[in-house]
Parts: sequence; structure tokens; C-alpha cells
Amino acid sequence: MNKFGVWLGQGLLYAALAVVIAIFSRWPAYQNLAPDRALIKISISHQSQLLGDCVEQSPAELAKLPPNMRAPKRCPRERSPLTVEVDVDGKLAHRQVAKPSGLSGDGAAVVYRRLEVPAGKHHIEIRMKDNARSEGFDYTRSEDVDLAPAEILVVDFDAAERRITLQ
Amino acid sequence: MKAHAIRRLWQRLEDSLDFIFPGGSNPLRNLGAIACLMFAILLLSGIYLYAVFDTSVQGAWQSVDALSRDQPFVGGWLRSMHRYAADGFMISTILHLVREWILGHHSRFRRMTWLTGIPLLAFMYVSGIGGFWLNWDRLGQYAAVASAELLDALPLMATSLSRNFLSAEAVGDRLFSLLVFVHLGVPLLLLFGLWFHLQRITRPKILPPRSLLIGLLTSLGILALALPVISGPPADLSRAATTLPLDWILLHLLPLADLLSARPTWILIAAIFAVLFAVAMRPASVALPVAVVDADNCNGCRRCVEDCPYSAITLEDHPNGKRGQQIAVVAAERCASCGICAGACPSATPFRSVIELVNGIDMPQQSVDTLRRSLLDTLAAAKTPQIIAFGCEHGLDVEHLGEADVTGYNLLCIGLLPPSFIEYALRAGAAGVIISGCAEGACEFRLGNTWTAQRLRGEREPHLRRNVASTDYRVVFAGHRERSMLTKAINDLRSNAATGIHP
Repeated sequence: MNKFGVWLGQGLLYAALAVVIAIFSRWPAYQNLAPDRALIKISISHQSQLLGDCVEQSPAELAKLPPNMRAPKRCPRERSPLTVEVDVDGKLAHRQVAKPSGLSGDGAAVVYRRLEVPAGKHHIEIRMKDNARSEGFDYTRSEDVDLAPAEILVVDFDAAERRITLQ
Repeated sequence: MKAHAIRRLWQRLEDSLDFIFPGGSNPLRNLGAIACLMFAILLLSGIYLYAVFDTSVQGAWQSVDALSRDQPFVGGWLRSMHRYAADGFMISTILHLVREWILGHHSRFRRMTWLTGIPLLAFMYVSGIGGFWLNWDRLGQYAAVASAELLDALPLMATSLSRNFLSAEAVGDRLFSLLVFVHLGVPLLLLFGLWFHLQRITRPKILPPRSLLIGLLTSLGILALALPVISGPPADLSRAATTLPLDWILLHLLPLADLLSARPTWILIAAIFAVLFAVAMRPASVALPVAVVDADNCNGCRRCVEDCPYSAITLEDHPNGKRGQQIAVVAAERCASCGICAGACPSATPFRSVIELVNGIDMPQQSVDTLRRSLLDTLAAAKTPQIIAFGCEHGLDVEHLGEADVTGYNLLCIGLLPPSFIEYALRAGAAGVIISGCAEGACEFRLGNTWTAQRLRGEREPHLRRNVASTDYRVVFAGHRERSMLTKAINDLRSNAATGIHP
């Protein structure tokens, strides 16, 4: 191939590379969320109640233990699973039972879920159960919300005030 | 059969590009070096970007945005180069992987190189996606939240990473410093991994040929000037990112995770990596004999060690016990069976007055002794003057040219040919000699063409003696679509013989 052909061919191929990068580094636009939708993010990380109570050890049981391990009470570490239910406009939108983290099941249980809803007014009810030994749900919250397009409503749990929060 | 057809198709594509990119500058034959060039641009431009980057949540967006607005011809251009080089890095790396797979470069002596390349893919993705977080615009917000959600699906962390991006208050300067650390640390890991990746390759090409380098830098540079990368609106964690100008080249994994959800995406990623590992572990269908060292003829001169393209030969103390004398030792699992070492051996000269030519290092399946015998028999039996063509199994076939006055030998690699064979053939009555290798930059064993050319020019040992006239031989490094070069070389030698230049 003559020199002109080589230059022309190379120019075209370098231009093609630049065009490919130029196009696919920004196009086609990605629709992450439709413009008329809003987002409810359920994000709860919570240490549930312990599964069992501490038990007093008898003198005979203590005697069997090495001297440095003779604690008067034996406390189980495992925690209850965390159950979260969310209703949107009276319909169950999400239900999740999360196991506590950690090898001994003594860490926080994590619930994370994105729910896409149409922007506008909604009635939201959240129920949370963090104690396997109790009946029914331990925490509930019911709220009417008005979500703007693309707005994010975060459902969380405030461990200090022991209540479900909406931010 | 299907794999063979795909291989032929790819080779045709590469051969076609040789016309446009002559002299070994074919980009498809330099994909690894192109990836290294892109990585070098990323590192160099990244130094400046890091110097001006504000590692706080409040300052990150402003400092990056200011680059494009306040200093468009330095900071803005470098920022755009950084992004486009990242795109180029991803494209060239994926193409490099695909090419090596198609050409079967994943097993035997290339196994370790292939295996050490696989983790680099993960580092590349982490570095590529992590770069968008630091812009902290709407696209960065999407990249951060989507990748955190993807990581949360792995049972690695006790708490949810996504919770760090629930609200503006949740994103602290410390988290941002961690993101910066990830974006600096992972590319450094990639650089370290690259060192491992190239360990078993002698003289790796870490930059493409100059013309290709200039072409790539110019095209990226013009693109960065013509279409500078600018920031979107700053991140706002109270609002979801809706329509995004996504960089599909770097961020394609995140929409895929949106589509499939996190766990299936991880299963898909794990499956791809498992296949990449498994393909290298599959035993080779044919076990090729490797180079064999003859202790009596090896004096540890080191030439084979220097010339081996895959660092398969080392020197150890010679078993003859003479102080200071060494012997070549071949690591069988690294040997490519190319025979370049035999071509480098000084004892492989056919002029040695021995009945059986045994050299220091040789290929059992194609020894220099067999080549010498065959050459002598051919020239002695020929009724017309013969042109001798030494070719390469991976280049143009010179054994079946169908020309009555041409006798060809397809060698394992043209680097196997000791240059003294050219003089030997001419003295034994050959009308001319052709040395034919793979197309420039396409040597199957990387350095066969280079070493051959240097030996013929007298720049490398063993060299072709100066008393051999350059008109008596032709060197043809041509691909399958450049057969005319071989035909021209044959005709040149015929006309030389006819005009009596060197009868």
C-alpha cells in the first residue's frame, strides 16, 4: 500500500477509536430512575434482642470450669432474627427476615432494599420485630408521605430512641 | 473446528491491518503494549489530578469541576485524558484478553502469564469504577451507591456499605479519604500485578512502537481537547440520580447489576473468572518436545539464556566439575518448543566437521543435524540450481510453494535457524537463500524475527559472516496476505542467478 493509503487508513482507524470512546463514554443515557418515580430505601442495621436470658450457674457447674472462667452467670450471645415488613398504600411491598451477622449470630442484622414508587402521596406502614420471644411486632410506624419526583425516603431505625425513622 | 475457524478469522483481520500499519505497528498485535501505554497515561495524569484534588466531601466536586472550568488547557485536558485513557485501557485490555484466548495463548508455557493476568481484570474494574466516585457528581453518586449495593451482596462486611450513602450527613470526610485511598491503592496493586504478569516474558514490550504510540496519544489528546470531560451537578443523596450520561465502557457492570440484581451479577462474574482460570488449567492436546541440552557440547556461553523469549533457560554448574564452567538448564514447563535457543547456540554451525552435528541445545523434533543432512541431500540431488527457503511453521508455508527450483523448510520458528546455514547452503550450491518469518510484530514466539534480523545484520551472536553477499539472500517477514513479498524475493534471486551476479 502506498504512503497516502497508509496515512489515510491510519487516520481513519485512529478517528474510529476516538469516536467509539467519545460516544460510549457518555451515550446512550442511562435511565437509572424514571423522572416520575421516587425511591423508598429501607435500610436498617440493628442488633436484635438476645435469644435467651442469662442463667445462674450452680456451684457444681462452676466447679467443673477452669478457675479463670467461673463467671456466676452464663449468657447466650445469639440474637433474634430481624423481621421487617413494609406496606405501601395498604399492600405488602417488602418483607424480609434478616439473620444476625457474625459466626455466633451476635452481630447486627441488616435489611436493605430499594422500592421504586410513583412520585406523589403514599401511605406507608413499617413493622419491625427484633425479639423472637415476643408476640407480634415490636415497633410499628404508619405515615402519609408526599414524595417529589426522584426524592429518596429512607426508612431506618434509631437505636438510641428505639423508634423507626423516616428521613 | 469452530475455535480453529475463529482463529483463522482473527488472523485474517490482523493480517489485513498489516497493510495499514506496516513495520510491526499493527495495533491488534500490540494490544498488551497499548494497555500499558494507557495505564502509563492514567498514572501520569493521575499525579496532577491528585495534587489538586480536595479529599473532603464538600471540596471534592468543586475541586474536580474547577479543573474543567478554571484551567481547561491544563487541568481540564489532563482530566479528560485521564478518563479517555481509562476507556482506552479497558478496551485494549479486553481485546488483549480476547486475542490471546482466540490464539490459544493460555496454556503450556503461557499458563502462568495468563493466570497472573486474570486478577488484573478485577483491579482494572475497581480502579475504573472507583474513579467516578471521586468526582462526586450525580454520576459519581450513582457509581458509589450502585457499587456499594453490589458489594453488600457479598458476605464480606458485618454492616452495610450502602448505609454510608443514605444521606449527605452519612458521607464523612473520612469515608472520602478511604475512597481516595482505594483509587490510589488499587492501581498500585495493578502495577505490582503487572510485574508478576510479565515475569516470564523476556524483554516485554511495555510500550507500542513509536508510530502507534504517537497516533494513539494524538487521537486521545485531540479527543480530550474537542470533547472535554465535565462534571454533572453535585451529588445530592436526598434525590436519586435519574438520567445519566453513563460511561458504558467503564461502568457497564453497574447497569448490569441493576438489571440482574446483585447476586446473579456476582454469580456471572464468578463464572467468567472460573472459566478464565479453567481454560488455562486444561491440559494441552499435544505435548511438544522441549529443548534438550547436550552436556558435551554446551559450554555455558549464555547465548540461549539471553535469546529465550520466555526465560525458560538458566545456567547451573556444569556436571563435568570444571571450576567456573556452566551448563544451560531448560525448565520444561516454560519451554515454548520454538528452537530459538538452538539458533543461538554457537555449536550449531553446520561447518563443523563432524558426521553427526550435535549442538549444545537443540530441538528433538527438528534438530540442526537433520536440517543439515536434508539440505545437503537436496542440493546434491537437484538437477537445477535450487533456491533454499527457510520459513516458519507459523508464517508463510515455504515447503509447498510448488516451484521446481525452490526447496523450502518450515522451521519451528525462523529464530531456530543458525545464520551460518545461509552461507553453508550457498557454498553447497544453492542459487540463493530466503529467510521467511512471521509478519513484522507478529512472531508467534515474540523474538524470533527480531533475533534473526539482528543476527543477519551482525548485531547479535551468532552473526552471519560479512563475506556472504547481501544479494544472495532475501529476508521476508510477511503475513498470509503478503505472499507477494515472498514471490518477489524468489524472483529477485532467480534474476540474480540468471544475470550471474553471484553464479
